[in-house]
Amino acid sequence: MAQPRADAPSKIILAESDLHRVVDRIAHQILEKTSGATGTVLLGIPTRGVPLAHRLAARIHAFEGVDVPVGSLDITLYRDDLRLKATRALGKTELPPGGIDGLRVILVDDVLFSGRSARAALDALNDIGRPSSVQLAVLVDRGHRQLPIRADYVGKNIPTALSESVKVTLTETDGADEVKLIGGLT
Amino acid sequence: MIKHLRSAADLDAETATLILDTAAEMAALSGREVKKLPALRGRTVVNLFYEDSTRTRISFEAAAKRLSADVINFSAKGSSVSKGESLKDTALTLQAMGADAVVIRHSASGAPHRLANWVDGSVVNAGDGTHEHPTQALLDAYTMRSRLGRLDGLKVAIVGDVLHSRVARSNVLLLTTLGAQVTVVGPPTLIPLDVAAALSEKTQVSFDLDAVLPDSDVVMMLRVQTERMQDSYFPSAREYSRRYGLDVPRLHKMPEHAIVMHPGPMNRGMEIAPEVADSPRSTIVEQVANGVSVRMAVLYLLLGGK
Repeated sequence: MAQPRADAPSKIILAESDLHRVVDRIAHQILEKTSGATGTVLLGIPTRGVPLAHRLAARIHAFEGVDVPVGSLDITLYRDDLRLKATRALGKTELPPGGIDGLRVILVDDVLFSGRSARAALDALNDIGRPSSVQLAVLVDRGHRQLPIRADYVGKNIPTALSESVKVTLTETDGADEVKLIGGLT
Repeated sequence: MIKHLRSAADLDAETATLILDTAAEMAALSGREVKKLPALRGRTVVNLFYEDSTRTRISFEAAAKRLSADVINFSAKGSSVSKGESLKDTALTLQAMGADAVVIRHSASGAPHRLANWVDGSVVNAGDGTHEHPTQALLDAYTMRSRLGRLDGLKVAIVGDVLHSRVARSNVLLLTTLGAQVTVVGPPTLIPLDVAAALSEKTQVSFDLDAVLPDSDVVMMLRVQTERMQDSYFPSAREYSRRYGLDVPRLHKMPEHAIVMHPGPMNRGMEIAPEVADSPRSTIVEQVANGVSVRMAVLYLLLGGK
């Protein structure tokens, strides 16, 4: 994927307060769609899916007092482009103590794009256990799917051109909460 | 990322730390029910063993298989080597078969370096003569880090037959790269002074084990390599054991937190007393388990990417 230049024009899509509202809304939607988030586990996909999963769990707890277990699921070894790029360092895979067998797993990621990360995550899940069902929550859906994959919870749909890129930054990993659209013609 | 792992000197601190961190993730993944990972699907790893080995060969085989690579085991016994085939011709055969990585153990120091000129794939040194054994050094460093929490500033004593030990050489190189302070200990006949000095300015040499023990975080005992002892390096096995063997009284001289390591195979009663080898402060079995994770990390980092 061609990356826009570092000095390419950028536009803020979600500022800090918008991003917080979006996370709040996804937390509410999870509660609504899963009837109170019982029997549910949130698994963040490193890097930025992990802090997002923790935030969702914290908001769900704040709204309804339910403790949703949170974990992380590294998909590096399951990627289909592993040997097309230089070797990548591995992220952390940490399952909650209760595991995932028989539970509803909600995968959490920052951006949904080609759908290949979600596919890799499904393969990785397969080797770890047997959840009763799997859902996908993303902060941003930027379109351009290459696989038949869709998200169950979407923070914001951002129509993009392939030449553009979406950059999510979070306080935990990058020092600030923001979603930016970089590159493009304007 | 580097292409070959022929020597511990191929690794700078950053790459070595990446391997240890990756090994930690691999170890975490090994605890689950399905241990197989798809990262090296369709890749071929050849284990080319000209010298006897139990744990290293099995460990490399397990590591490659857990990453879904196809493994071809080759041992000199029962192959065309016994008909006189040279290393180069064997290498060209492997090249023709499309090996993505060759893990080689050879009795000649430098064999992996030669091999790397003849094959396109990655070459991993699994022990060459009295030269080096880098993956052993990596798994030792990994074991120290997981037991003691750090490597920087750690005081490590490597005790015994330093002259013939590829494990010692690779450990000295790797551990000093990672900031540990290494002291090699043994009878003067088994410590090549010039070599120890050339290995690293940071390495110290001592002939008195009892003086080194109270100030060591790690005591690594080396095997007395009877197969390489044609000359008389020490008067008798018993005298060696008295002066340089790790027995229970010596174990008590070590600090409370200090650990005992041994690369195996052990000569129980010679360089290490059975009570010490089986004590909770010995990491010998742990080292074997960590070997698989470390070798998975090495194979993944050498072969996983472009």
